[in-house]
Amino acid sequence: MQLFNELKTLGHKHIKADKKANERVPSGIWLACPKCHQSFYHKDLGLYQVCPNCEYGFRITARERLAWLVDKFDEEDAELKTSDPLKFPNYAQKLDKARQNTGLNDSVLTGTAQIAEQTFALGIMDPDFIMGSMGTVTGEKITRLFKRATRKNLPVVIFTASGGARMQEGIFSLMQMAKISQAVQEHSQAGLLYITVLTDPTTGGVTASFAMQGDLILAEPRALVGFAGKRVIEQTTHQKVPNELQDAETVLDHGFIDAIIPRKEMKEKLAWLLKLHNEGNGVNG
Amino acid sequence: MASFLEKKKTAAQIVANARGEEKVSAQELLAGVFDDFLELHGDRLSADDAAIIGGVAHFEGKPVTVILTNKGKSAQERLRTHFGCPEPAGYRKSLRLIKQAEKFKRPVVTFINTAGAYPGQSAEENGQGEAIARNLLEISSVKVPVIAVIYGEGGSGGALALACGDSVWMFENSMYSVLSPEGFAAILWKDSSRADEAAEVMQLTPEKLLQQKVIDGIIPESRSHKRLFRAVKKVLQQELEKYQKLSASALVEKRQQRFQRF
Ligand SMILES: [Zn+2]
Repeated sequence: MQLFNELKTLGHKHIKADKKANERVPSGIWLACPKCHQSFYHKDLGLYQVCPNCEYGFRITARERLAWLVDKFDEEDAELKTSDPLKFPNYAQKLDKARQNTGLNDSVLTGTAQIAEQTFALGIMDPDFIMGSMGTVTGEKITRLFKRATRKNLPVVIFTASGGARMQEGIFSLMQMAKISQAVQEHSQAGLLYITVLTDPTTGGVTASFAMQGDLILAEPRALVGFAGKRVIEQTTHQKVPNELQDAETVLDHGFIDAIIPRKEMKEKLAWLLKLHNEGNGVNG
Repeated sequence: MASFLEKKKTAAQIVANARGEEKVSAQELLAGVFDDFLELHGDRLSADDAAIIGGVAHFEGKPVTVILTNKGKSAQERLRTHFGCPEPAGYRKSLRLIKQAEKFKRPVVTFINTAGAYPGQSAEENGQGEAIARNLLEISSVKVPVIAVIYGEGGSGGALALACGDSVWMFENSMYSVLSPEGFAAILWKDSSRADEAAEVMQLTPEKLLQQKVIDGIIPESRSHKRLFRAVKKVLQQELEKYQKLSASALVEKRQQRFQRF
């Protein structure tokens, strides 16, 4: 019942089909799209796990995304483990569970990837790993990804998904924002390309650092993109926040996203962009 | 639209043609001149202005950054773009994309058809003047070629902000001036109905501007879009080749000379 766990952890609404349908399809469950609220049989979401009605991309693990995104992938830094710097109660158990659920050592999967013969450094955050929160290992893996890319003259692509800072690692989590930003800047100053793809949800310290530092900022349809959580805003301002305030489409209208790319077109568009930036124009050196 | 070879048009006729319904649209130019295109939105500050379209494309197989002012086709789109008059966010987007092109060493091609930068309260509050000024400042030292084509109206600072590069071409039926003929007549003669007369006096036609060396050439406009796109491509190819050959410092120096002589 992997799918049920996913539903629970991600808080998707779900309703059971009527009993007869259940008998015919034993694992038959229906999902409601959290954005447009239409219901679908889970298989209707297809390979890309996308709402057939509004193209919202359901939250998927990093390894699920990797499976359809790349032609080749060499994983790096898979052995790094957090030192649990605050010795935070019950954190070790939480980590164990997250590792089991995602097959990752922390909330980001990193390595060297290839799409359509374009080689690049790839990072994919996992919303299932403690809400994609940014711990010290997340920060270290992303920093190393950029440093390696700078050394090898490679572009970087990162799929962001994060609830923000890792509370269990406190101030050490916060410091990752500055640490990663230094590595991004070094990579940029070497004239190299950095593409971010904002997926649902991209918030907090990730938005306020490497998610918004791309040369190109892409997003998946209707992905939640913001800094502060909706509840925090409402409790602070005592005002209701419009539902679509942090939809990628709204964020694009406000000037912060280059393009919204449906999941099924992502591989092809990334290949096109990587190639375009790799061709050079032989100009004005 | 009258062809290049027919008898000489008056300035007022050229103004009418520049603004006419038959004028090729930004979207048609994109589809007709470039191999492909991905639009990139937003100024990374406050908004995405529909009056300026920008993105990356291939031109004859090579990467370029393309920026176009957009008047819009439908009534709704025209309202959204203020009939092709950019907001400050539009100029900030275009500058962002030009700096991006510089980082990745690809040339920039701009297509201009605007009565001018949008005159409105929001535009003032968001720094319309500052946005245009920053384009002029930054583009003056950009290390990749910036080739501009005025394809309809070239209105004042709002047009110059995208035409301050290395080479400026104009469609046969286009105009480029410090002010609209209506505005000129109103200010000088307190009578905006004398716009046709103003158009003559202002020397805003491609021929006059070429004589003054404000522009570098004229692109013949034909009724057939196919022929028009072929003419545009020919000019772009020739100009890109010419300016891509230069070293970055020679390019910037040549650009500065281009404007220092005025
Ligand atoms: Zn939906």
